[in-house]
Amino acid sequence: MSTKNWPLWEIFVRSKNGLEHRHFGSLHAADAEMALENARDVYTRRNEGVSIWVVESKNITASNPENNGELFEPAQDKVYRHPTFYDLPDEVKHM
Amino acid sequence: MSEEQIKNLEKQFDERIARDEKIEPKDWMPEKYRKTHIRQMSQHAHSEIIGMLPEGNWITRAPSLRRKVALLAKVQDEAGHGLYLYSATETLGISRDELYEQLHTGKAKYSSIFNYPTLTWADMGAIGWLVDGAAIINQVPLCNTSYGPYARAMIRVCKEESFHQRQGYEIMIKLANGTPEQKEMAQDALNRWWWPSLMMLGPTDDKSVHTAQSMKWKLKRKTNDELRQQFIDQTVPQADLIGLTVPDPDLKWNEERQSYDFGAIDWDEFWQVVKGHGPMNKERMKARVGAWERGEWVRDAAMAHAKKKQERKEKQAV
Repeated sequence: MSTKNWPLWEIFVRSKNGLEHRHFGSLHAADAEMALENARDVYTRRNEGVSIWVVESKNITASNPENNGELFEPAQDKVYRHPTFYDLPDEVKHM
Repeated sequence: MSEEQIKNLEKQFDERIARDEKIEPKDWMPEKYRKTHIRQMSQHAHSEIIGMLPEGNWITRAPSLRRKVALLAKVQDEAGHGLYLYSATETLGISRDELYEQLHTGKAKYSSIFNYPTLTWADMGAIGWLVDGAAIINQVPLCNTSYGPYARAMIRVCKEESFHQRQGYEIMIKLANGTPEQKEMAQDALNRWWWPSLMMLGPTDDKSVHTAQSMKWKLKRKTNDELRQQFIDQTVPQADLIGLTVPDPDLKWNEERQSYDFGAIDWDEFWQVVKGHGPMNKERMKARVGAWERGEWVRDAAMAHAKKKQERKEKQAV
């Protein structure tokens, strides 16, 4: 790829205070500052946000779905991590 | 991978989609799924980008400030929709530059409707009302399509699209209730945009080659003919309401079907325009490619500036 092409950025927007930043999409920009400005125009034209994060896409390390088995399956048989695993007498109403 | 392994993966893949599971960028997918999605999504993105041209033509001549801000916002939305869709397409492993290249060389198509000229202000009304109306009918089912990034982009697009149709219809209402000349202008725009809008919903079912596969992948929920009927049934009463006449002498309410019967569509015209012989094909490509080429120095300068800033920052850090 030519160095002249604008890199790709991932855009995260907090829609209001109290909520987390959420992935909204991506866009191309020459640098972080321009990515912020473009994100404002592309993803928040209708008050969708109060805060924006931009991260250059190449800096994101993602898990591979092929490894989903080893990554996520071990959690499936650990029912004791959930409150419903434990037996309580009926008299205990809230715990 | 052996052929049998691929068959097996394809079977699992189809089952996931049938269970309404979404496919995400890094998931395994059949090559045909990837290619079909790149084709459809980029065609969709290109349509948004080229779609700015016919309307951009009238921004400076909008009859009032109210109309001007609305049209400006609509065209800006279309740029935004193009960008959502391009970046969603890029998740399938094709670069933005390749996508532009396909558009600029004519390898990729965009919606034929944008190859018609916008001759009067009433065309802004007709486009919003009819073209965006038909687009919404096409797009709403896509909010639920199987490819995650496409579905998410479409949810955003659909949310923004309904203002487009309303602003167009409002323009038509105003003209239809205006002077005889204004009403005539509105009628003329309806006459010119009606048939191309019906064609926008795609070839008839017996001529549509991708329908079965697209249904399976949820790229389509209804057939072209069903969508076209839905568009006609919802639009004709809207024309009646403002005293405009749909330019189809065969249009007639069918009590039994609870739907409108309509006249034959000139598919020769459709294919002529698709093949590049519409009134504005050359003009649209010239405008698009010209804008891209004239913008090259700006894109290069932005990269040079970013590099300089970065170097300055690194120097200060030493």
